[in-house]
Amino acid sequence: MPEIRVTPLGAGQDVGRSCILLSIGNKNVMLDCGMHMGYNDERRFPDFSYVTAEGPVTNFVDCVIISHFHLDHCGALPYFTEMVGYSGPIYMTHPTKAIAPILLEDMRKVAVEKKGESNFFTSQMIKDCMKKVIAVTLHQSVMVDSNLEIKAYYAGHVLGAAMFSIRVGSQSVVYTGDYNMTPDRHLGAAWIDKCRPDLLITESTYATTIRDSKRCRERDFLKKVHECIDRGGKVLIPVFALGRAQELCILLETYWERMNLKIPIYFAAGLTEKANNYYKMFITWTNQKIRKTFVQRNMFDFKHIKPFDKSYIDNPGAMVVFATPGMLHAGLSLQIFKKLAPNENNMIIMPGFCVSGTVGHKVLNGAKKIEFENRQVIEVKMSVQYMSFSAHADAKGIMQLIQYCEPKNVLLVHGEAPKMEFLKEKIRQEFNLDCFMPANGETFVLETRFNIPIDVSLPLLKAEAKRYNATPPDPKKPRIIHGVLVVKDNSTCLMDVDEACREAGITRHVIRFTSTVRLDDPGPSSQTLDKLQRLFVERMEGTWSIQQTDGSLSIESVLVKVEGGEHEQKTVYVSWTNQDERLGSLVLEFIQNIGQNETGSL
Amino acid sequence: MKLYCLSSHPNKPCYVLKFKEITLMLDCGLSAHTVLNFLPLPLVHSPRLNSLANWMPRDCSDAQLEGELKECCGRIFVDSAPEFCPPLAKIVDYSEIDVILISNYMSMLALPFITERTGFKGIVYATEPTLQIGRFFLEELVQYIELTPKASLASHWKEVLHVLPPPLCDSLKPRSWQQLYSLTDVHSSLARIQIVGYDEKLDVYGALQVMPVSSGYCLGSSNWVISSDHEKISYVSGSSTLTTHPRPMDQQALKNSNVLIMTGLTQTPTANPDAMLGDLCMTVVSTLRNNGSVLIPCYPSGVVYDLFECLSGHLDSTALSHIPMFFISPVADTSLGLIYIFAEWLSQAKQNKVYLPEEPFPHAYLVKTGRLKHFKHIYADGFSSDFRQPCVVFCGHPSLRFGDSVHFIELWSSNPQHTVIFTEPDFPYLEALAPFQPIAMKAVHCPIDTSLNFTQANKLIRDLKPNNLVLPESYTQPPTAYPNRLDLVVQQPDHNVIPVKRGEVIMLPLRRKLKKAELNPEVAEVLITNEVKPGILLASFTGPMNVKNNKYEMNLDDEAEKSKQRPNCIEDVWKDYCYEFGSLDIDQFIQRLAMDGIKNAKLEPGPSGYIIHLQDEDVLITVDERSTHIYCGASDQQLRLRLRNILLQCLSKF
Repeated sequence: MPEIRVTPLGAGQDVGRSCILLSIGNKNVMLDCGMHMGYNDERRFPDFSYVTAEGPVTNFVDCVIISHFHLDHCGALPYFTEMVGYSGPIYMTHPTKAIAPILLEDMRKVAVEKKGESNFFTSQMIKDCMKKVIAVTLHQSVMVDSNLEIKAYYAGHVLGAAMFSIRVGSQSVVYTGDYNMTPDRHLGAAWIDKCRPDLLITESTYATTIRDSKRCRERDFLKKVHECIDRGGKVLIPVFALGRAQELCILLETYWERMNLKIPIYFAAGLTEKANNYYKMFITWTNQKIRKTFVQRNMFDFKHIKPFDKSYIDNPGAMVVFATPGMLHAGLSLQIFKKLAPNENNMIIMPGFCVSGTVGHKVLNGAKKIEFENRQVIEVKMSVQYMSFSAHADAKGIMQLIQYCEPKNVLLVHGEAPKMEFLKEKIRQEFNLDCFMPANGETFVLETRFNIPIDVSLPLLKAEAKRYNATPPDPKKPRIIHGVLVVKDNSTCLMDVDEACREAGITRHVIRFTSTVRLDDPGPSSQTLDKLQRLFVERMEGTWSIQQTDGSLSIESVLVKVEGGEHEQKTVYVSWTNQDERLGSLVLEFIQNIGQNETGSL
Repeated sequence: MKLYCLSSHPNKPCYVLKFKEITLMLDCGLSAHTVLNFLPLPLVHSPRLNSLANWMPRDCSDAQLEGELKECCGRIFVDSAPEFCPPLAKIVDYSEIDVILISNYMSMLALPFITERTGFKGIVYATEPTLQIGRFFLEELVQYIELTPKASLASHWKEVLHVLPPPLCDSLKPRSWQQLYSLTDVHSSLARIQIVGYDEKLDVYGALQVMPVSSGYCLGSSNWVISSDHEKISYVSGSSTLTTHPRPMDQQALKNSNVLIMTGLTQTPTANPDAMLGDLCMTVVSTLRNNGSVLIPCYPSGVVYDLFECLSGHLDSTALSHIPMFFISPVADTSLGLIYIFAEWLSQAKQNKVYLPEEPFPHAYLVKTGRLKHFKHIYADGFSSDFRQPCVVFCGHPSLRFGDSVHFIELWSSNPQHTVIFTEPDFPYLEALAPFQPIAMKAVHCPIDTSLNFTQANKLIRDLKPNNLVLPESYTQPPTAYPNRLDLVVQQPDHNVIPVKRGEVIMLPLRRKLKKAELNPEVAEVLITNEVKPGILLASFTGPMNVKNNKYEMNLDDEAEKSKQRPNCIEDVWKDYCYEFGSLDIDQFIQRLAMDGIKNAKLEPGPSGYIIHLQDEDVLITVDERSTHIYCGASDQQLRLRLRNILLQCLSKF
């Protein structure tokens, strides 16, 4: 039986380093090619030796699909193409293609220049890698080769995030990447049509959470920021340069406007302007409201938010600082954190998920003292707030997506094992679907059943439709079709028997039986035939087409003829082909019975 | 399969295709040529146009006609709100249309006529740029006409067409002309559009699949591939193989169609767009050097984007960068703003800029530096203070019958220093200028039509290899202006060419033979196949068929066991249908009969085979190449069944 095989190289019962190998109908697809933010050694990248121990990796992977620009989904791509040597096609959406290289370069700088790592990919490698990328648009059906078809759907997680459906023949898989089912201030909600895949591979970051309404969270966030600046504290918000940052900027900008606040808001990344430019140019990927109003007022031209300079951090008084990266694992946000952490007036708001191993993760877990590589110890006295603004679907959202696309099986990735167990149970209960959660390196095999595509000859269908439309409607009675399946040159076609014989180049051999019955029924033979017809219609059990043409009576295709002069005994001929044996003998029996028992009653 | 042609203008096409019980409308173009018969609608009071003499046909005393026609510059014009020629209404019932496919924003101007003024109930598909740009095209047109309302609507002249002078008397069915729709109509019409992307496969009631593919003509412009299981129809509307700002044309998807419908070729086949662009730049520079100003009547989107870019570069290189360019249109700001957000719809070169991220067009920079100034109208705030000459003015409408272009022509026509350059190919420039003659300002014709020319179209058709080619009739003969130019014709001796013109209905030669269906794998497991010839397997099949959304699924008969019982209907009998084939080996048959104890068979030659007579019983068997017929009495059924069994052993079956 045909199989679909899934092997997570990363994101199997884990968050970070998303990289999932999918084998479907003899095609191998790599879904995402991410890196792990919590590691600084080789565990950072997926173990590509799994794909093939030796020989060019390109022979074993038909294409790579990147769902969005976050580094845990695309961070290992230059490594895979330029250092491992993959040279096949790579697909991602236009915004991802535009933004991913910037984040990659940013990460590379931090790794190489700040941490002094060697054996990392270079700037040139990022550029060379991006040249191989084929950009796709939403809902575009892309034929990777003549059998492998992919299609992107809006995922709403960050600008340009997409879910992908992968189809080979009758088998199909949907990979969600990261997605968000509730529209926010700058993005719309994920959407997919009822594509009924054999397997849905979904993220499950918030598998156990049902989040309260977005509005409450926003109010909460603004209240906390306002309280902190009122007491003169500094607020640090570590973010990714693109994504949540823009949403929170829009939120603070409108609040500052409304409350007429003068406290400075800084955005600490050279990227801001560039980032906002991307939003401007890919405005079709944002939500309805922004798209409608952008000609009059571009939402990404911020009045209150100014670029940050490192010296500002020592300025007295309140301020709000957005700084990258979002998980405090390196860079400016970490530096600012070290400065602000010891003061209880200050506050850090973590708006998203942090991978275990990062400073952000430790802070969120309530660590009061954090030790760094250089033995530096920082006391965390500042108030730590966690606000889930990261745009992943919660349990409700995941269930909603399952409802949208109606998969036959579900596979969970990008989440923590205990939470997955919970969700798995829930999916089983609610949808009665099999749900799986392979660990990294573990191969999950799904046996699929699918219908075999065939052709049907139109004359056959038309004849059936004519018959069907002529009979009174009966919802309980199935439509029955009869024909001959012709299997030739790898294709199968259902046709009428004569067409089939012509197609196969053979001649039918028709077997026909004719039996005679003698009846005593005075009068012209045509009168006898009329009587027989009446008797068939009245007494024969079942539904039959009974007609008289050209002096003979037909019951379906069984023919009945009467011969004999007006005053003679009549000879009744019953004739049928071998196919109609059961009906033919039935008709014969019927006439014989008349002949034996009911002579004279005619 | 039937095709109805509803438009007389190949560049403003409107077809209806009926295929597999689905009715598709291909494009919804509006011919605006009719407006040339009307007097211009000036923005400010024009004593000249207001004091024109009435014109009456000789020997005509119809008082109602009085004042409808005016004589201006030796020609007769209708003094009325301008009217347009919507697609032909009589041969198609619009309420039956399931889907309208829009190729580009230039061929959707009749959409509100169809969706709002008929019983249309279907859906409309278009790409996002087509919808957004189309929206401001329609809005601009409506605003131009609403700005200068006419109190009276002339209609009596249509009754006396035969006594009117040319070109008025040659008007095509003026009684069907209609006044333009309102803004409300525009908005409710556009609300019916469902946005689609290139290469997105759309299902039409399970019967057809339609897919837009890039046509390279303008932002978001598409050709359409309409396919059923085994048939493919390609509809090629405005397309271009030149490199301008939109995404290049996708030719691959159009290959090997059963039917190719091609329309929207260039309207100016003798003008090379690149050469015209060069002429335009030179004319602008020489006019500006003479202290004159330039008027370029244009649409609010399209080639005008390339003109801004090209002309600003050319002015830079000729030390004229201080000359301002004015872009005046009620939708100028939307037009300039929108093009930035269609990154995915741009040419590769422009897309690469977006990745940097740099702006794909220099327009924002030109606006920021004050070189390109855009205004809603000439009376918009700030225009009079910013306006200085010499300058270059881009404004609508290219017909010179309404919009700000009327004002500039009136203003500048008496000064020989100024120049008007006609770039849009939709209107013959001399006819556009007719009500303003005589003019002293220079009029230069530099039509820039990037649509396929005849050479490109002929090559494209050869590459696409369609079985049948449907063309507007006008493409099969040289243009009337160039009767000897046989190169300005689509010539495809190798293809079956079907010409079509407005009002015609043609049957397209497409025979459908097969339909796709699905076979439940359970059937395959139990099905008994017979290899009747090497590589050919046959199997008789009877089973329930599910039909849903035009999808057919053949399933396993779970009541197969019942077939042993007394049949109740023909379907029950079908269940054990199988077929014998090949010829009967007569010696083997006789041998088998003997083995079974039937020894008295007498074999005789028959008229086309053999006759076997079982002498002890009253049974006759005739055998020929293709059939065997057993005759016996009703009382001999046991024997008949024995004979049947023996016969079946001697024949192959499936």
